[in-house]
Amino acid sequence: MEQMLQDVDAVIDQWGAKPESLLQIMLDVNHKFNYLPKESLLRISERLRMPINQIYSVANFFKVFSLTPRGRTMVQVCTGTACHVKGAPKLLDRVRQDLGLEPGQTTEDLALTLETVNCVGACASAPVVVISGETYSEMTPNKMAALVKEIKAKSA
Amino acid sequence: MKRLTSIQDLDALRQQIIEKRKHIRKRIRVCNGTGCHSQGSHKLVDAFVKVLEDKGLTREYMVVPTGCNGFCAAGPIVVIEPEEVFYQKVKPDRVAEIVDRSVLGGEVLEDLLYVDPTTGNRIVHEYEIPFFAKQQRIVFKDTGSNYVRDIEDYISRGGYSALAKVLSGMTPEQVIEEVKISGLRGRGGGGFPTGVKWESCRRAHGDIKYVMCNADEGDPGAYMDRSLLEGNPHQVLEGMIIGGYAIGAREGYIYVRFEYPMAVENAIWAIHQAKEYGLLGENILGTDFSLDIHVNRGAGAFICGESTALMASLEGKIGEPRGKHIHTVEKGLWNRPSNLNNVETWANVPLIINNGGAWYASIGTERSKGTKIFSLVGKINNTGLVEVAMGTPLRTIIEDIGGGIPGGKKFKAVQTGGPSGGCVPERLIDLPVDFERLKEAGSMMGSGGMIVMDEVTCMVDVARYFLNFLVEESCGKCIPCRVGVKRMHELVVDMCEGRGTPEHLTKLEELCHAIEETALCGLGKSAPNPVLSTLRYFRDEYEAHVYDKKCPAKICKPLIQYVIDVDKCTGCGACRRRCPENAIIGVNKECHVIDEEVCVRCGICIETCKFKAIYIE
Repeated sequence: MEQMLQDVDAVIDQWGAKPESLLQIMLDVNHKFNYLPKESLLRISERLRMPINQIYSVANFFKVFSLTPRGRTMVQVCTGTACHVKGAPKLLDRVRQDLGLEPGQTTEDLALTLETVNCVGACASAPVVVISGETYSEMTPNKMAALVKEIKAKSA
Repeated sequence: MKRLTSIQDLDALRQQIIEKRKHIRKRIRVCNGTGCHSQGSHKLVDAFVKVLEDKGLTREYMVVPTGCNGFCAAGPIVVIEPEEVFYQKVKPDRVAEIVDRSVLGGEVLEDLLYVDPTTGNRIVHEYEIPFFAKQQRIVFKDTGSNYVRDIEDYISRGGYSALAKVLSGMTPEQVIEEVKISGLRGRGGGGFPTGVKWESCRRAHGDIKYVMCNADEGDPGAYMDRSLLEGNPHQVLEGMIIGGYAIGAREGYIYVRFEYPMAVENAIWAIHQAKEYGLLGENILGTDFSLDIHVNRGAGAFICGESTALMASLEGKIGEPRGKHIHTVEKGLWNRPSNLNNVETWANVPLIINNGGAWYASIGTERSKGTKIFSLVGKINNTGLVEVAMGTPLRTIIEDIGGGIPGGKKFKAVQTGGPSGGCVPERLIDLPVDFERLKEAGSMMGSGGMIVMDEVTCMVDVARYFLNFLVEESCGKCIPCRVGVKRMHELVVDMCEGRGTPEHLTKLEELCHAIEETALCGLGKSAPNPVLSTLRYFRDEYEAHVYDKKCPAKICKPLIQYVIDVDKCTGCGACRRRCPENAIIGVNKECHVIDEEVCVRCGICIETCKFKAIYIE
């Protein structure tokens, strides 16, 4: 806990304790802990002298932030338009069924989180899936099933 | 590096760089754009460097990791300069051979060349490939050949000469006049005349003004802003510095989606280098003009591409738009005059200053000047980024540059303008593409996404897709958007799932008009567009879903069924073993059947069957 607050302070110091840094600070904290721990938000509120309700509203408004811990491996299915017309819904259905997760959910052991993303700008390689930052291009339901098996085994 | 303190210093540096590079015999360009990168092009760069190092040839032969080449379908791409020999789909195990035989030996590796699908001929040079030959690349010209992390490469191509021209005697009013003459209009979607916007911001009262770049490219299916900012950040930056001078700003922001990490990094890096060279920061090129620019990341909200929402989020608030009774050029960020333009708009500015507004205005149509970069994606052979003059017929883009539809399928429509746009049907294929014509056709330019759809794309499903997107992305501030779009989505989902009635159609149309008239911001007002345009051109598909409970394109799952063709099934059992739901029954060497109750229509069986025995009914 003490360590976490030190990390949060370091992020705040880097950006400066001013309102226009709020989103940048929250992005870095969210990235560091893979979610926004309550204590981190309280610390940001205190140091930026912004009301906690404003910080919670920002945390709820933007899609990237999570208020609950997320998995070590992030499975993101791109649902941009190009991916959609090239079969992203089928990929998403496949992952949903194989992982037993709905988009936004995390496995109980905090191994995997399933998310959809509105467009990763890799439209020429559609449909794409991003797993912990690595982009997999031109996916099919068959390839998806194999990939899910692989990440399940890896994360177990 | 010594800081440049005068305009003459910049010219001298350019000469020095050119001199310093005279001994380079060949450049090996490796595309590191998003498409090529996701297919492993970064490994190619390392491999080329290693081979050249081992041979002790790094002085005469230079490996250049570039921004997006644009022809993403051919990635990973390697181009050998000066001949411009174009190799496609290159794997790391071919690198040593390319160096030995092609770079040093002067041979051409036939099997890595692009094959023209219509003639079957192999094409050696980049400029001969139809995909490039029919484009008019001016803004995107250098992105695919620019050494991304090297400001000197940009300077050697004449980079920052537009800034030097501005600072060596043009008044801010003259700069604005030049941009007005060019007829440049905002490339982010609105199409507002850029020069007029600058002029309003210059005239607005206030000591502190901001110059801003909108790189929150949220339209799904569009990635030209990402590619420009990633591949040629200095061009964008130069445009912003000129804009900052024109409006009288001392501070600026680039607002980038966090989903584009490479664009964030490259923009930060470019700012850092420009400062080091005295092209940004205090007393730019020794003049009394100073400007600082910061990079801020967005956090995954489509609405933040809207100017007032973007500025609210920069202030540390949620990204809700406000009514625009007072424009942001008067009261924007922190209630101060703020000039926000899109990435592509900024990238146009150095060209206009260098070549003159009249030159720019000679390209394009009467009211839409210059060129536009489109991201040509979806069901099209040559996916990639395409820059054409405004007014280029859709047919040229789809057929000549795009190379038509894969798999011998029929072109049905192209979706432009993102979630606020619409679908242009096949019968309008000769439409000249510019701001006005697209609007007349019921769509819009938007940021330039062109998602091509073929006969197996369901237009009702497309409408449902965009409504779902808008339901998720509505900020919730005004009721027409928050509730109205949700109701529209429910109606269309009902149709897709076989519960549609004629009343659904009339209610849907009523809602479209009500939302258009009453929503607060651009996102809400244009939210009905995907429905209105598909209803206009594809009403028969809606009717088939409602009256016949059928999906003509065979996409909407509740309205379709997977069936095995008795005559074609060989009973090999491949589909049965792959089916994750165990929905396929049968014994080896006998015809199999699909249990309709268990089947989830995932499509794995169709992909697996080698005999094309499974079809959708």
